Amino acid sequence: MDRPVGDQGAAADRTGLARAAASILLLRESPIAMLGLALVLFWVVVALVAPLLPLHDPNLPLTPFKKPLVEAKDGAVYWLGTDHKGRDMLARVIFGARQVLLWAGFATAVAYAFGIMMGVTAGYLGGWWDEVLSFVGNVLLSFPVMVLYIIIITYLGATGFNIVLAVTFASAPGIMRIVRGLVLDIKTRDYILAAETRGETPLYIMLVELLPNARGPLIVDACLRLGYTTVTIAMLGYLGLGLPPPDPDWGKMIAEAQPLGSFAGHMAVIPALAISSLVLGFNLLADGLREISLRD
Amino acid sequence: MSDPTPILECKGLSVSYFTRAGEIPAVKDFDLTVLQGEAVGIVGESGCGKSTVAFAIMRYLGANGAIVDGELRFRGRDMLSMTADDLRDIRGARIAMIYQEPASALNPSMRIAEQLMEVPIHRDGASRAEARALALDVLADVKLPDPDRIMDAYPHQISGGQQQRVLIAMALISKPDLLLLDEPTTALDVTIEAGIVQLVKELSARHGMAMIYISHNLGLILETCDRVAVMYSGEVVEIGRVADVFEHMRHPYTQGLFASIPLPSSDRHARPLRPIPGQLPLPHRRPKGCNFAPRCSFAVAGRCDQDAVPMRQINGDGHEVRCVRWDEIDFQAANANEGISHVSPGPVVLEVDRMRKYYEIKDNSFAALIRGGAARYVRANEDISFTAREAETVAIVGESGCGKSTFAKVLMGLEQATAGEVRLHGKDISRLPIGQRSPEAVGILQMVFQNPFDTLNPSWAVGAQIARVVRKLGGETDAGRIRSRVLELLSLVKLPADVAHRRPRQLSGGEKQRIGIARAFAGNPALVVADEPVSALDVSVQAAVIGLLGEIQAGQRTTLLFISHDLSVVRYLSDRVVVMYLGHVVEQGSTDQVFRPPYHPYTEALLSAVPIADRSVSKRQIVLGGELPSALDPPAGCPFQARCPRRIDGLCDRDMPPRRELGAGHKILCHLGDDVLMEMAPVFAGAAD
Repeated sequence: MDRPVGDQGAAADRTGLARAAASILLLRESPIAMLGLALVLFWVVVALVAPLLPLHDPNLPLTPFKKPLVEAKDGAVYWLGTDHKGRDMLARVIFGARQVLLWAGFATAVAYAFGIMMGVTAGYLGGWWDEVLSFVGNVLLSFPVMVLYIIIITYLGATGFNIVLAVTFASAPGIMRIVRGLVLDIKTRDYILAAETRGETPLYIMLVELLPNARGPLIVDACLRLGYTTVTIAMLGYLGLGLPPPDPDWGKMIAEAQPLGSFAGHMAVIPALAISSLVLGFNLLADGLREISLRD
Repeated sequence: MSDPTPILECKGLSVSYFTRAGEIPAVKDFDLTVLQGEAVGIVGESGCGKSTVAFAIMRYLGANGAIVDGELRFRGRDMLSMTADDLRDIRGARIAMIYQEPASALNPSMRIAEQLMEVPIHRDGASRAEARALALDVLADVKLPDPDRIMDAYPHQISGGQQQRVLIAMALISKPDLLLLDEPTTALDVTIEAGIVQLVKELSARHGMAMIYISHNLGLILETCDRVAVMYSGEVVEIGRVADVFEHMRHPYTQGLFASIPLPSSDRHARPLRPIPGQLPLPHRRPKGCNFAPRCSFAVAGRCDQDAVPMRQINGDGHEVRCVRWDEIDFQAANANEGISHVSPGPVVLEVDRMRKYYEIKDNSFAALIRGGAARYVRANEDISFTAREAETVAIVGESGCGKSTFAKVLMGLEQATAGEVRLHGKDISRLPIGQRSPEAVGILQMVFQNPFDTLNPSWAVGAQIARVVRKLGGETDAGRIRSRVLELLSLVKLPADVAHRRPRQLSGGEKQRIGIARAFAGNPALVVADEPVSALDVSVQAAVIGLLGEIQAGQRTTLLFISHDLSVVRYLSDRVVVMYLGHVVEQGSTDQVFRPPYHPYTEALLSAVPIADRSVSKRQIVLGGELPSALDPPAGCPFQARCPRRIDGLCDRDMPPRRELGAGHKILCHLGDDVLMEMAPVFAGAAD
């Protein structure tokens, strides 16, 4: 009888926490993933501890148009300078990160919830479900995204909730396509057949048997999509369709700097660097994860 | 012919792969000399390194593989010091390779002609006309009917057997000195395989080229090779002439391999299988001393687990073995083994009565609209009738496309029958989809699946997956009782309790298949359908799983429907056999009735096609021509008439044969007269029958 060999047993009996730690350790194999993770973690940590940092109030007018690292008359140093209203750029960028990360994360999560529901249903049930959901998805995808955003935000108003709504409308169909494709592949496996032949309900099969096995590619895609959503939120801010003032918003900060470009370049460069570093972080993390998952 | 320089010489060849986990030594100390015109077999289970040897000979190991030690000479020239240009001249031209999957070895976007003509045009600078003539020549050489049509076809337009013939032709076109065949028939049906094997034998005899034939199937090696090397865990453990290795094997692994394969010429009472205990060690965790010692019942502590074991000469004919106890072991004494006890069948559990399943194909094309008839039918199951009793094992045998899996789907309620009845405990379930069956009806009918890598959900621990079935089909709700039932089921399939916490990827193929069996028996089923449950497993593991399945089924008095294409396993496991061809049951009866004459001509050909790893058994050669007809457009008259060597013209191609009773439940679908049937000689002759 082929009894199990001891060395395989060593890998067993690990708790979920240990397993999660082991998968994070896997990231060390890809320098790209580590760099991405470092960039993302930097912004996440900075955003989380922002209220505890010795920063100026981001909305408090101090001395306008101070360049970075220049000592003010009162002796204070504004590390990243101040903007046209004299607000501290460092505080504004850091508090802006809170806004971007919060709404990008929330919007992506909601888009995923809808995309997964639609994709699993279309892929597993097929038939009319697939026809109708795929048609709806194609109609939404055929809209120019910008037009979709502008319509939703101008009609419903510039609030965080409406940004989530706009991102969901724009991203859910794409997520649905990915999930549907994965499900079409996974549903041919014997363990799905086994679940069907013991009379499991379609809902159980979709949530318990199918979805967990699609998680690999979805995690990679979610990283990429967090990056896109960050860009989207910055873009909406730039267009004046972003979060209501006066809270700092990276996109709006660039828009405010535009007429003053030659005079106070740091006002545009600093939020632009913030956006690119965060988006780059998400993209590198996604690339690295894909690289690791493809390696054997 | 008598060139003294060997075609190929490997001396102490060692190959490693360099991965995340460090250096993986895949092949160690590999010695092999191949002379001109010689056919050498390399046999072993998956992971033994046999394919790595083939790639090493081609010096084609990929980015992370390398030859780390030893010598490799081709016609006396050192291949290890060759430049990429030298190698390019040898690969394909002097050494040609044929792979396992013909479909993926051909370029799907190029016509066969272009792919065949490439070699002479680009290598030898032949003109297109010369190349085409040469290509037609080799296609005729590999016995492809209508070479002109094949030349203009794309790979998907020809069958798998034809694709493999095209690849052999492609290998022959540059008249290589050495042909490497890596499991060339594993992806093909047995009757197609028999044709390819016959072709390979003829070609090597005619062209006098040397061959290395890699296979896991001892029977194929016996049919094709002069010498054989048995590999285990990266090393050759025994090498010699086929007659020596097959009849006087000296290594316990070789012996175990032979004892664990079922033969179609003998049953479980005459020759019970003895599986090899344990499993193959991981390449970087091989034991000290002999690699096989931990699984070997003859291993002696202190001798077998000390130093690396060298090859030892047994006789002057090149029979060598890697075993320190080669001249001490008495295999005969170990052979004593009790047979499986006979179980008497009970009342009828399953009755299949003229069941028919057609799939409608909607043709929405404009042409079909004009013709009027828009629907065509795939006649997957035409007329299936048989019964199965309690505690009985009924095998459904046939090649791919015969409709055996469709039948299983109807039975399980995943598809609905078009006509006829399928009665389980007297109740018709043929048109009752799974969702409408009562929980009891679902629980008494369970399935064991084919692919061990697909049968368990990779995201959940195996214990949880069994527990789900216990809860769902056993109606159990108490957590403690579920846990104890899971442990009970694990011990039923002879796995330790800690397996329950593992993920499927931490288990071997055989262990996964055991979990699949445990899951099927969790709801105390009355009928279990096993769809090729061992075909993806290695032979030594196969024997253990077959034995286990038989044991549990007999112990629980479950009816087992065993779907298989492997007649050796069928003979071993089943009480009765149903032979299917193109949606029809062409023959059915007890296992003895089906495996002895009179046969249906298809059964006769199927039996003859099975390679047998026993030199004492001789068999009649019947190689079927043609391909399996499409179920979309079956031939008129008898379904088998187009390929039948015993066809009666004017009768078989016009009328459907009657179902005839040959006595004692032996039924056959054939026009042949009683005199012909009664005079049929057995396919197998020899000691074992």
